[in-house]
Amino acid sequence: MKAIKGDWVQIYFIGLNPEQRASNLPEDTKRVPLEIRIKGFLLNEEAQLGDTVKIETPVGRTVEGKLEEIYPEYKHNFGKPVKELLEAGKQLRNMIEGDQA
Amino acid sequence: MMDKSYDAVMARKNEIMKKSVGVDYTKYEIEGIAFDYEAMMKDAGYSIEEIRKIQLETGVGNTPLVELKNINKLIKQIAPEGKGAKIFVKDEATNPSGSFKDRRASVSAYRAKVMGYKGVMAATSGNYGAAVASQASKRGLKSIIVQECFDSRGIGQPEILEKARACEAYGAEVVQLSVGPELFYYFLVLLEDTGYFNASLYTPFGIAGVETLGYEIAEQSMKQFGKYPDAVVITHAGGGNVTGTARGLKKAGANNTKVIGASVDLHGLHMASDTDFNKKSFTTGHTGFGIPFATFPDRSDVPRNAARPLRYMDEYVLVTQGEVFYITEMLANIEGMQRGPAGNTSLAAAFALAMEMDEDQIIVVNETEYTGAGKLPSAQLTFAKENGIEIKFGDPIEEDIPGKNIILPDHPSKIGVIKYPLEKLRKSYIKELKKRFGKTEFTEKEIKFIAEDLRITEEEVKNLIKEVLN
Repeated sequence: MKAIKGDWVQIYFIGLNPEQRASNLPEDTKRVPLEIRIKGFLLNEEAQLGDTVKIETPVGRTVEGKLEEIYPEYKHNFGKPVKELLEAGKQLRNMIEGDQA
Repeated sequence: MMDKSYDAVMARKNEIMKKSVGVDYTKYEIEGIAFDYEAMMKDAGYSIEEIRKIQLETGVGNTPLVELKNINKLIKQIAPEGKGAKIFVKDEATNPSGSFKDRRASVSAYRAKVMGYKGVMAATSGNYGAAVASQASKRGLKSIIVQECFDSRGIGQPEILEKARACEAYGAEVVQLSVGPELFYYFLVLLEDTGYFNASLYTPFGIAGVETLGYEIAEQSMKQFGKYPDAVVITHAGGGNVTGTARGLKKAGANNTKVIGASVDLHGLHMASDTDFNKKSFTTGHTGFGIPFATFPDRSDVPRNAARPLRYMDEYVLVTQGEVFYITEMLANIEGMQRGPAGNTSLAAAFALAMEMDEDQIIVVNETEYTGAGKLPSAQLTFAKENGIEIKFGDPIEEDIPGKNIILPDHPSKIGVIKYPLEKLRKSYIKELKKRFGKTEFTEKEIKFIAEDLRITEEEVKNLIKEVLN
């Protein structure tokens, strides 16, 4: 996938390698780097995913990193219907049915 | 170019902070661990009237105090004879960015503007980010929000992803980090780079911004039911919500209103653990902040934290994740208000406490927050299942194991609280002083300060020190 100048993209870079991290971390966190992701407008004329690029963030900062996503999508959602919640709602509703304010 | 290594940046912490907050904290130091808290709060320079004016300019505050009539009927059904206090909720979701955090952000953005800063920054994964971004937009300031968002698999907590979306909608730059306390290090790097104002949650003006919340509750209560509330339940994380609301209540004259802090119990989950990160369904309002910030407030991103909850809390209670999801379902389904869930932590606690309180008593829940994609119980419970958490009906107080299961009450009467003794928090406070500063001996001035910070007598402080350190 190719992005061109002005595209809204997400970059990725390492903030701290494992050996540069704070000393008081739990083992699982100590093993992995501190990773950073920032979105902004691509400054390079064009770039492929994985290329090192520069972006201009919404506040006008220039930041460099690996091109990770082009027009990154918001993937969080409303979730699936949860059986237990539906049943809880039904029970509560039945308990006060006819008695509502 | 300046050295940007972890140690070098952390060593410049105080200097960076001074420039970015515009407060010289050294002015308030007394000696050793003691400092003049009230002088610092006064120097914030804004009275309740001034804060109200600042907040009115950007549409913050004056939120309705709503009786939860159907929930109150349900409480009457299941409470013992003569019990069942009435619950009212302060509908803070009606603030511009959808939470009480607008109150806190409004004063910081105003202050940044007046002092000539070009932009504001905040380190937060919660609603505060959206609040800062929103208030910055209104004041014509730029904003950067730094979040702890992903685990090392690159999987983001849905609630935090939603906050990022909201911040971006308000025109902020959002910097998303993987798990770790070094977020603070990178925050300092950015403050130094940009010269922006640090809209810390813990400055005197941030806390003063919350005072209007308590003040409004007292005023509205007096107007609506001719008395101050018997209790106000406040979700407790970093301590600002408790501190600000309680100070506002007192400034309005509600001195006998019981201040109750409530947190979601996440015991056993390590807050800096990459693997535990996505095993929790609550990213704020939980014990992972609530206990450490109560027992050592000055762990915050400013030299002296203006949020000092043990000065104000009369009681501290814990609720489980399952109870908060359940009460969120209840609020939507029978009360017609889709809010939360994290902001409903205090509502879950209030429900349990109302059943113990007398029927003529009034209990106020001091906030609601907006909800939506990523935040809804359905979103969080779906995510929890994907991360191997068991969801089932049962007795949440008995069966809850954070990170392993989420227990939804099989009946509303199963909503309960775990009472966390303030004494235990006070003991931990003394232990922290020893751990961090090697303190075993205290001067008279330090004893006086601790007494104020823990709201006990100097004699009690001396006894506590003896008990904990010997």
